[in-house]
Amino acid sequence: MFQTLSTFLPELFLALSASLLLGFGLSKTNDRSVIVRYISVGVLVVFAFMGYVLDRPDGVSFSGLLFNNDFSDFLKAIIGLSAAAALMLSKNYFQKESLDRYEFSVLTLYAVLGMSIMVSANNLLAMYIGIEMQSLALYILAAFNRDSLRASEAGLKYFVLGALSSGLLLYGASLIYGFTGSLDFETIRASIALTGPTTGIIAGMVFLLCGLAFKISAAPFHMWTPDVYEGSPTPVTGFFAAAPKLAAMAIITRLLIVPFGDIIGQWQQVIVVLAVLSMVVGALGAIMQTNIKRLMAYSSIANMGYALVPLAAGTVAGVQGMLVFMTIYIITVIGVFAIILQMRLRNGMVEQVSDLSGLSKSNPGMAFGLTMLMVSLIGIPPWLGFFGKLFAFVPAVEAGLLWLVVVALVASVISAFYYLRIIKTMWFDEPNREFIRAPRTTRVIAIASILLVIPVLILPGLSGAALGLADSAAQALFAQ
Amino acid sequence: MLIAITFYLMAFTAVAAAFMVVASRNPVHSVMYLILTFFSAAGLFILMGAEFIALLLVMVYVGAVAVLFLFVVMMLDVDFVELKQGFLQYIGIGATVALILLAEMIMVGAVYFTGESKTVVPTDPNTTNLEAFGQVLYTDYAGAFEAAGLILLVALIGAVVLTLRERKGVRTQNAAKQMSRTREDGVELIDIEPGQGLG
Repeated sequence: MFQTLSTFLPELFLALSASLLLGFGLSKTNDRSVIVRYISVGVLVVFAFMGYVLDRPDGVSFSGLLFNNDFSDFLKAIIGLSAAAALMLSKNYFQKESLDRYEFSVLTLYAVLGMSIMVSANNLLAMYIGIEMQSLALYILAAFNRDSLRASEAGLKYFVLGALSSGLLLYGASLIYGFTGSLDFETIRASIALTGPTTGIIAGMVFLLCGLAFKISAAPFHMWTPDVYEGSPTPVTGFFAAAPKLAAMAIITRLLIVPFGDIIGQWQQVIVVLAVLSMVVGALGAIMQTNIKRLMAYSSIANMGYALVPLAAGTVAGVQGMLVFMTIYIITVIGVFAIILQMRLRNGMVEQVSDLSGLSKSNPGMAFGLTMLMVSLIGIPPWLGFFGKLFAFVPAVEAGLLWLVVVALVASVISAFYYLRIIKTMWFDEPNREFIRAPRTTRVIAIASILLVIPVLILPGLSGAALGLADSAAQALFAQ
Repeated sequence: MLIAITFYLMAFTAVAAAFMVVASRNPVHSVMYLILTFFSAAGLFILMGAEFIALLLVMVYVGAVAVLFLFVVMMLDVDFVELKQGFLQYIGIGATVALILLAEMIMVGAVYFTGESKTVVPTDPNTTNLEAFGQVLYTDYAGAFEAAGLILLVALIGAVVLTLRERKGVRTQNAAKQMSRTREDGVELIDIEPGQGLG
C-alpha cells in the first residue's frame, strides 16, 4: 500500500499543501499572505528533495499515468528549488506594489504541481493535464497585477496563444491515439515498432512538438514571449524564465526518447529546425531591445535553442547535456532577475537598460554581480555558462551535427554583443541616478546565484555530484 | 447509402460552419455557427454509436455556449432597438441554421433507428457507453480525474483573484449584526399629541 503511495507522494504532498494553504489564507480579519508565502517556500523545498530522500523504487502510479524515476526526480528537484527562489523574490516586489495576496503563493504551488505531473507523465492524457494545470496557473500569475493594462494584456496574450498551442497539442495527441491505439508512452512505442512511422504518426508527432514548442518559446512559436515577459510582474517573469521552461523541455525529451525513441530520423530534423530558428531569432531579436525584460525574453529564446541542440543528438549524453545546460541557465537567470528586481528608484521600478548606466560607480556590488552573470550567459570560460554550453554542444558534435554546433557558436557570438552592451553601460557610461537599497532576500538570492556561476568557488565534489545526478537521470530515461 | 449521405452532410456542415465562425464579422453570427459546428460534431458521434459523448457535447457545449451567447450580447453593448429593427435581416441566417439543424436531426434519427449506425463494434455488445466510461473513469483514470478537479479549482481561484474587488462603502449584509439586534435597538415608541405631527 505505502509503496504504491510513495510513487506519487511528492504530487500528493504538493496538492494537499496547496489546498490546505488555500483554506488557511482565507482569513477576513488579518492578511496571511506573508506566512502563506513562507510556508509555500518550505513546501517547495521539501517537495524538491522528496524524490531523492524517499529513495523509493521507480514506479508506475495510477495505472501507468505517471512514471517516476531518476529523470523525474532530478527535474522535480530543480523545478522545486527554482520556484522557491522565485517565490522568495516576489515577496518584496508585491509588498512594495501593494499587490501582495496569498493566492499568489497558492497558484505558484499549483503551477509546480502541474509541472510535476508533466515531468512524470507517462501517458498523453497525464501530459495534457499537467500542461493545462501549469498553464492555467501561469496565465493568472501573468495577469496578477490586474490594474495594470500591460499585465492584463500579457495575461490575455499568453492565454490566447496558450489555448492555440493546447489545440495543436490535442490534435497531435488524437492523431497519435488514432494511429497507435493507445495513450500510453510504452504502448505507443511498441505500436510504432510494429507499424513503422506512418504518415499519421509523423503528422501527430509534429503537431505535438509544435504545441510543446510554444511552451518553451522556441522560434517560430516565440511571438508571445517578449510581450508576456515585459507585461508580467517582474518576479513572475523570473519564474516564467525558469521552472516552466524546464518542465516543458523535460516532457519534450521524454516524448522523443520514450514513445518516439525508435524513429529519431523523423524527429531529428524538426528539433534541428526549432533549434536553429530559436538561436537566430534570439540572437538577432535582442540586439534592438532597450527594455531589459524584453532582452531577457529574447535571451531565453536563444537559450532554448541551445538546449535543443544536444537533444537533437538523441543520445544519453545529449539528454545529460540538456539537463546540465538547463540547470545552469536557470541558476543564472534567477540571479539576473534578482538583480533586475533591485532596479528600484524612489518612485518605482525601472526596467530600461539605460537605467543601469554608471552602476559601477553608484552601486559597485550590483554592477559586479550582474557582470558575472552576463559573462556566464555569454559562455566565457571559466564561468559556469561555458560548461553548460560545453556539455550541450559536445554530444551534438559526437552525433555528427557539427554544422548545428557551428550555427550555435555563431549565435553565441552575436548574442555576446547585447550582454556586453549591458556590461559597457554599467562600467563606462555616466551615472544618472541611484537605486534605493535592495531588500535582504533579493540580495541573498542574487549573491547565491552569482557565487554558483563562479566555478572556482564551487567545490569540485559538488559539481561532480550534480553531473552524476544528471547522468543517472538521463540513463533512467533511456532504461525506461 | 443513408449513412454515407448523413456522414458527408454532417462532416461538410461541421467544416463549413467552423470556417464561418472565423469568417463572419458579427460575433452573434459566429456563436450561431459555433452551435452548428458542435451540433454536427455531435451528429457524427451518434453515427459512430457514441451517443453518450454526443449528448455530452450538445449539453455542455451547446448549453454553455448559449449562456456565453447571452454574455456576449450583454457585454458588447448591443443596441436592442437596432437589433429588433434588423430582425428581418437576420431571419435568413437564423432560418438557414435552423433548417440545417432540423435536417441533421431527422437524418441522424433515421440512421440511428434503422440500425445502420454500427460502424464501430464495441468489445462487449451488452455494455452501454455510459457503463464503459464508468468502468475506466474511476479506476484507470482516477488520477487524471482528480487532477482535472484541481484544474477546475485553479480556474476558480483565478476567476476570484482577477475579478473580486473589495470596495469601500458598499452595503453588504452582516448576518451577525442583524442577529444581535434587539427590540430596544429597533423599535422606539413615541407618544404623539393629536394634531401635532412628529415635528
